[in-house]
Parts: sequence; C-alpha cells; structure tokens
Amino acid sequence: MSGTIEPMIGRYVHVEIDGETHRIYFEESGAGIPLVCLHTAGADGRQWRHLLADKEFAKSFRIIAFDMPWHGKSNPPANWTGEEYRLTTARYTETIRTFCKALALKKPVVMGCSIGGRIVLNLAIEHASEFRALIGLEAADFQAPWYDTAWLNRPDVHGGEVCAALVSGLIAPQSPETFRRETLWCYKQGGPGVFKGDLYFYRVDGDLRGRVEGIDTGACPLYLLTGEYDFSCTPDDTKRTAAAIKGASVTIMEQLGHFPMSENPEQFRRYIAPVLNQILKQTTSEQQGVYV
Amino acid sequence: MDQPFHASIRGGRIIDLTPAPVLMRSWRFAYRASPTAWTEYWKPMPRPGWHDLFALTKREEAVLEGDLHPFMAHLQYFKDVLALPRLQASAGAS
Repeated sequence: MSGTIEPMIGRYVHVEIDGETHRIYFEESGAGIPLVCLHTAGADGRQWRHLLADKEFAKSFRIIAFDMPWHGKSNPPANWTGEEYRLTTARYTETIRTFCKALALKKPVVMGCSIGGRIVLNLAIEHASEFRALIGLEAADFQAPWYDTAWLNRPDVHGGEVCAALVSGLIAPQSPETFRRETLWCYKQGGPGVFKGDLYFYRVDGDLRGRVEGIDTGACPLYLLTGEYDFSCTPDDTKRTAAAIKGASVTIMEQLGHFPMSENPEQFRRYIAPVLNQILKQTTSEQQGVYV
Repeated sequence: MDQPFHASIRGGRIIDLTPAPVLMRSWRFAYRASPTAWTEYWKPMPRPGWHDLFALTKREEAVLEGDLHPFMAHLQYFKDVLALPRLQASAGAS
C-alpha cells in the first residue's frame, strides 16, 4: 500500500435529541482523556482535521469531532419536514451532553470555536461538574452584530458564496492561502439557512451577559483563546468576558483569526499545546492523589 | 485626500472610474471609508481590525449605502477588487 492514510476514523452514532433520533457523524483519533471538539456556525467537523491528525496530542487524548445535526455528514433528523432550522441554547447543550453520554465519555474536555466557544461558556455555567476542562476559542458572553443575517439565505443571493465571502474577512491575512480556501470551502458547502440558523443561537438566544459571573473555575478549569484578527468576537470581547470569571485563563493569539484550528494549524498548535499539557498535568496529579 | 469615485462595472470589469462629484449621476450602492481606513486597509499586512471591509464598517470607519444586493451577491469580488492596492504596496516595498 502506497497511499498516505490519516489516523482518524469516522463513524455514526444514533442519539436521541429532543425526543427524536439523530444520526451523528463523528471522527476520532488517539487514546486517553476525551477531548470533544465543536465546529463553528455553518461549518462541520472537518475544521479539526489537523488536530485529529496530531500524533503528539493523540498519545494522551482521545480527540473527537462531531458534525452537529444539519451540518457536514450529520443529516437533519428523519422527522424534519423542511421548516426553518434554528439552533437554541437548550438544543445545543442537549446535543453535546447527549453525544458525550452516547460515547460513554468520562469527564471529557470540550473545546468549541465561535458558537462552540459560546456554548462552552453555557456548559461551564450549567454543567461544570460533568467536564474535566472547557476551552473556548473565539468565545465571549456576547458580541456586537456586524451584518444582517437575512443575507445568508435568500433566493437572489447564492448562500454558499455569501456565507464564505462574509466570513473570509475573519481569517488572518497571514494564514496560508491553501488553508484559507479550505476553511471557506466548508462554508460554501453548508445547507441552505443552516449558518443563519446557527446564528440565531449566537445572536438572539445565547446571550450570556450577566450569567458568566457564576462560573466556578474551581469545579472545571476554563481556558479562553481568541485570535487577534477576529473582529467578530474581538480580543476585547473575550477579555471582558474573562474579567467577570474568577480564575479564567485568557490568551490572545497572534496572527490568527476566527478559525484558528483550520486557518493556520501550525500557528494554532503553538497556543493550544500548552493548554492541553496543563490539562494533562492536572489530570495526572488528580489520579496520583486518588491512587497514592 | 478624501476623493470619492464613481465606478461602473460590467461583467466583472471596471469599465469606468470617474472622480465625484458628477452632476446627476445615479448609483446603486456606495462603500465610503475614511482616508485613514483606506491607508490602513491597503497596507501589505493590515493591522487587526483594519483588514476587512466589514471590519471597517464595524469600527465605524466606513459606511455602506444604497441597494446592497449587487454588493452582497458579489461580495468576495468586491473584497478582492478593493484589496488590490495591497499587492501594489507590497511590490513597491520589496
């Protein structure tokens, strides 16, 4: 055999969300601490392919990335009749917790980007004890809107083109052209109205202002990392959010934008490696505490 | 200097670029940015927050006016065209 085969393996798991069966696609690689990765709005788990292929991280972490229903290879549920898709805080939270339970993950780490970063904050507010650590990339309790989402799904504008063109500006100018194109390709392939439906959570339903103060980082460590070129969730949005959370760790990532893991994997690795190492160290010392 | 232009585009080509004002000239949409915004936007490696047309509108250094359909339906085109001076700037710098 001469072809290069990447280490991640993709499978489907059937889970019940809001009383309906959903067939969820996920990819995983590695063994150890479960690390569940959440993609951005209107995209899918392919954004995590570089992390999934990271041999070093795979020695200590079971890295898992799933496609949210309506995204990537996770179809809408069988009972869907074509009504407008809208993600809510409750449904998003349930989807993640159900997925983790279905795979019997013991105290996983959850790392989410953008809407994934926002929902990570909600997991920290409502379900901190279920998780080993939470990582929010491009995360804030709220950020000011900068365009009208009605443009994302209308018959006289190509949805894929306009979604990709809008988010293209959130990628750092230093990011390699090939990864920029790949990141945008994901947006060009999204289902009609799905990006818009995800942003319903982001803009309307998932405003966490005034709620993050209750996060207990003693129960579950919280790491927030934001790219300096992200003008949607700006470094200031993240810093403001972190300032209200005692013990939250904040890193502003240079030469990165809104899609750190897919737009410049090498640069992102420099920032995420110390975080994963710290989680590993914390886990090792906890285990020693139990067994010594 | 703050000098607006009227641009006419057909089939992806800029067929006319005329300094404003032009008496009684109709237009579909306008993207107007401050001289500072253009200077920053056209740097070969623009600074964070000055690197995208919407980054400029969000920070209120630029405004969009008129019928935005042609702009939004060809958004990447307009972003790419308006970023072209960056290439010239980097060629001049090297």
